[in-house]
Amino acid sequence: MGHLGEEQLERARRLIALYPERRSALIPLCHLAQAQHGWLTPEAIEDIAGLLGITPAEVQGTASFYDMLHTEPVGRHVVAVCTNIACMLAGAYELLEHAEAHLGVHVGQTTEDGEFTLEESECLAGCDIAPCAQVNHRFFGPLDEAGFDALVAELRAGTLSEVVPPHGVLCRVERAVGLLAHRQEGPGDGAAEEGGAGGEGLGGGPGGGGARP
Amino acid sequence: MSDPSAAGVGEKAAVQVSIDGSLVSARPGELIIEVAERAGVYIPRFCYHPHMEPVGMCRMCLVEVSGPRGFSLQPACFTRVAEGQEILTRSAPARKAQEGVLEFLLLNHPLDCPVCDKGGECPLQDQALSHGPGESRFLEEKRHWAKPIEIGPLVYLDRERCIQCARCTRFAEEVAGEAQIDFLGRGDHIEVAPFTSVPFGSYFSGNTVQICPVGALTSPAYRFKARPWDLEQVETTCTTCALGCRMVAQSSAGALVRNLGVDCVPVNQSWLCDKGRYGFEAVASPARLTTPLVRHEGELVPASWHDAIGVLADEARRARSSARGSAIGVIGGARLSNEDAYAWSKLARAVLGTDSLDAQLGDGLPAELVLGLPRATIDEACSARAVLLLAGDLREELPVLYLRLRAAARSRVALVECSPVPTSLSPLAEVLLRHRPGEVAQLVAALAPGAQAQSEAAGVGAAEIEAARALLAGAPGGEEAGEGRHSLHGAGVVVVLGRQSTAESAAAVAESAALLHEALPDARFLPALCRGNVLGALDMGLSPGVLPGRVALGEGREWYSRAWGAELPAARGLDTEGMLRAAAAGELEMLLLLGADPLQDFPDRRLAREALEGVGFLVSVGTHADASCELADLVLPVAGDAERAGTTTNVEGRVSRLAQKVVPPGRAWPAWVVAAELARRLGSDLGLDGVEGITEEISRLAPAYRGLDPVLLGSPAARDGVVVPLPPGHVPSRGPAVPRRIDPVATPGIASVEEQGAPMRAGAAEPPAGEHLDGASPAPRRFEEPAVDRPPVLSAPPPLGLPAPPRLDAYSQRLVVRRRLYEGGTLVSKSPSLAPLEPRAELSAHPAELARLGLGDGDRARVRSARGELVVPVAADEHLERGVVVLSAGSGGSASELIDASAAVNDVRLETL
Ligand code: SF4
Ligand code: SF4
Ligand code: FES
Ligand code: FES
Repeated sequence: MGHLGEEQLERARRLIALYPERRSALIPLCHLAQAQHGWLTPEAIEDIAGLLGITPAEVQGTASFYDMLHTEPVGRHVVAVCTNIACMLAGAYELLEHAEAHLGVHVGQTTEDGEFTLEESECLAGCDIAPCAQVNHRFFGPLDEAGFDALVAELRAGTLSEVVPPHGVLCRVERAVGLLAHRQEGPGDGAAEEGGAGGEGLGGGPGGGGARP
Repeated sequence: MSDPSAAGVGEKAAVQVSIDGSLVSARPGELIIEVAERAGVYIPRFCYHPHMEPVGMCRMCLVEVSGPRGFSLQPACFTRVAEGQEILTRSAPARKAQEGVLEFLLLNHPLDCPVCDKGGECPLQDQALSHGPGESRFLEEKRHWAKPIEIGPLVYLDRERCIQCARCTRFAEEVAGEAQIDFLGRGDHIEVAPFTSVPFGSYFSGNTVQICPVGALTSPAYRFKARPWDLEQVETTCTTCALGCRMVAQSSAGALVRNLGVDCVPVNQSWLCDKGRYGFEAVASPARLTTPLVRHEGELVPASWHDAIGVLADEARRARSSARGSAIGVIGGARLSNEDAYAWSKLARAVLGTDSLDAQLGDGLPAELVLGLPRATIDEACSARAVLLLAGDLREELPVLYLRLRAAARSRVALVECSPVPTSLSPLAEVLLRHRPGEVAQLVAALAPGAQAQSEAAGVGAAEIEAARALLAGAPGGEEAGEGRHSLHGAGVVVVLGRQSTAESAAAVAESAALLHEALPDARFLPALCRGNVLGALDMGLSPGVLPGRVALGEGREWYSRAWGAELPAARGLDTEGMLRAAAAGELEMLLLLGADPLQDFPDRRLAREALEGVGFLVSVGTHADASCELADLVLPVAGDAERAGTTTNVEGRVSRLAQKVVPPGRAWPAWVVAAELARRLGSDLGLDGVEGITEEISRLAPAYRGLDPVLLGSPAARDGVVVPLPPGHVPSRGPAVPRRIDPVATPGIASVEEQGAPMRAGAAEPPAGEHLDGASPAPRRFEEPAVDRPPVLSAPPPLGLPAPPRLDAYSQRLVVRRRLYEGGTLVSKSPSLAPLEPRAELSAHPAELARLGLGDGDRARVRSARGELVVPVAADEHLERGVVVLSAGSGGSASELIDASAAVNDVRLETL
């Protein structure tokens, strides 16, 4: 079922309370829902609309504007390869073509086993590690073809689970808003839940690449 | 809205700006596009709409505006004037910007004008010619989408044509208050879309089709039916409900193809509801009656008018001479024009000798009350201090009034809702008074300024009552002191008065109104009766005890007896319920149905059935074959909507003109002709020889319509209709009609048709009443005004002191009936676009009540009353009080099976199957 769980509903209410206007909590709530299911299920969209007093069409409209919000199911790992100028000069298109061949899907598609969704992206602000890619909002680069294959292998094997958060989880929401809104625990717990978000994940990248928070 | 005359600009506060070199004065804060328009300078635009907030979305209106740092390009629809501003609309930079925007908007536009419904009336075509570069530099592939897709039952979307002006999405959100559509995606992938599981099913969806400036939104009813240059049009009034929205009816090759809303500021402000917009389809329905039918050996067989009227005259003569008091009854008339209704009122009283006539079918309010209360206009309601809602769900009953009140509530008007169940306006109400069904009079008594404080009344707590009383009285010296916002007499209060539910007798609402009128003598009332031209029919005397022009029978009898040259019946006749009872008891010789179908419309179906079976001779005078026709002994076809000229009167008493656009089918006659002919065959002359003559006669005889002659109705002052009665001493300007200025982009489809050779008639089409009237009145009519005093207009009856209805027993639920816009009726069921939208009947109750019976959402249950039973699906609604169930009208179960019309309230029991 794609509805928001009890815990998410509770967190949603606290998030809403942070804003003078209910509907201002729309984007954080979308991230919250996405963290639960990996994408915004129609049921979750209806829940959000109900919580904010707007219509599902409005939630869907807003969510569809943003690349980081998915209104369709995605794989466990969302791989976004940047093809903006710095990465392009460093061979991003070749990397992307290789990625398509290696994963056996086109940009915008998800592998049959549900592991990977491949996306093409504009500048990810990772130009210093061009050509770069994001996996569930974690940076990897510079990536060559072998590096990409190794990254895929490690993701498949689950050895990067410490570094790469589950799909749909955007750590910044957790940190900037979620913590204040819903965490009474000490900072230690927060860091643990955030996984690689705080800098602990640095350097954990696979061969040829370095992950960057 | 911009004032059409610069003189209307407030003198002291005006600012001076120059537009293309000429000085113009404007109100501070006015939009440049509006000021320019008034000065006769047209600035191209797409997203700007005079009845919506500006958004500056399309950039088509870029003009050069001077500022502290010189000239810059600004969107004229979004920039407000400031003193000394210089505005250049056609300078080289402005033209370059406008051409650039047009070239940009056309980048992805498919240019499929030859197969686009908008072709020929398209603001994008027109402005590409007038303000575009003429050529595109875009050689690449355009975007492609599947076309068209159905985004709602009445709206198709062709995404390739969309220019993202956001008019449709803004309308849905801002005006209709249901954002069922929004933009999806970004950049060149953007599209208008409803949410996956919720189609764009708003009652107002057709307005988006009308205001879309391109052919992106189309309606199944008009798609591929006609081209603008093939269209003819008349300006007329919608008589689907009693609000009387002004609209243009367009036809092609003799058939109606489209209705478009006209910017009538005091009424509909260019909007229509979908029922009014698409109901025209019923006019050409195969179910139309086209020839008189006479029952012969049990079968209805076609007959000539001569024979049919002969049969009717014989029966009428026989019935008239019968010994009984009420030999003949007339039910219906709310679908008639005022002129038709007047003719029937005259026929019934002066020739048939009966006062038993009623345009309401037991679902309205007492006529003396409605006609006697001080009337409010819609504008007064929308600018009132407080509006007391004492009616059903207005979105279902008077849709565009809901739009107007919604806008008013969002800006400043305080709504106080008295309703046993939630309505569409509840979310906007400042105070909600959820009283027990049937006990509204007890609640209202507690609201009066002098009433003793009570801990509760009719189930409403003291806090709510106190809050409502404070709003009705106004805060003394509140924030808006100085405006005189405190009144113990109800100044600034408007009561929207309708029938909350047909499961309760009208007496409770009538008593409430009388109490309110007594307690707040300065408060005004807007009747929320919803049946077509019902207010016009009541004004014309289609109600027992009421004569044309809002006069009581006793007061006006002498006047009309002399004027009509016949002794009118002295005793008050029966209302619909009374007539049906008499008929059921075999005490009515003859019953005439004027476009009414008691089997469908009367709240108590058993009584209706018994009546129609028990009456001596049943005549149905109507447009469509309905259930009651099947029982009739005689069926007479008459002209309906868009097939006749005349006038209609809306809820505020605004009289506006109906225009004829198409000819009635087959041998149908205008209804007044049937009345006149029947009178002639009975040896009397009604003295009626044409619609205008009847209008004229009404204006001379009917006190509330005094002075409202065809000359006045055809003058520019009457373009938006005239509210009756005219104030004493009022001398309206009567110049010749001038064409209404139609903003071609605000309401595309009207001005363009006119330009392409179909000049618009402002009112009566044949011949236009306004046209032979350059100052000269038509020849005076032959009758003399009676030499007795003109009778006074009715005043409201006093409260009677109504006992509260009995309390519920522990096993019963009190029934509330909720009307719905698309509930079955001739118009809906005979319009191919609307018929599939008829909802299913459904019973909602508090979840705990359902749980008690082990029923779940969607289960079917039996509803049993003292009168009958019904099996319907149930729905849980936690907003309902326990002990109250709501039957929403629709197919598969009619509330009229359950209701005993004589009971104060109707209680039901829920049972599992
Ligand atoms: S569909 Fe029409 S009204 Fe709606 S945004 Fe597109 S062009 Fe504008
Ligand atoms: S609100 Fe009433 S008058 Fe207006 S368009 Fe709808 S049905 Fe017609
Ligand atoms: S160009 Fe690829 S991250 Fe900036
Ligand atoms: S931006 Fe002004 S009309 Fe669209």
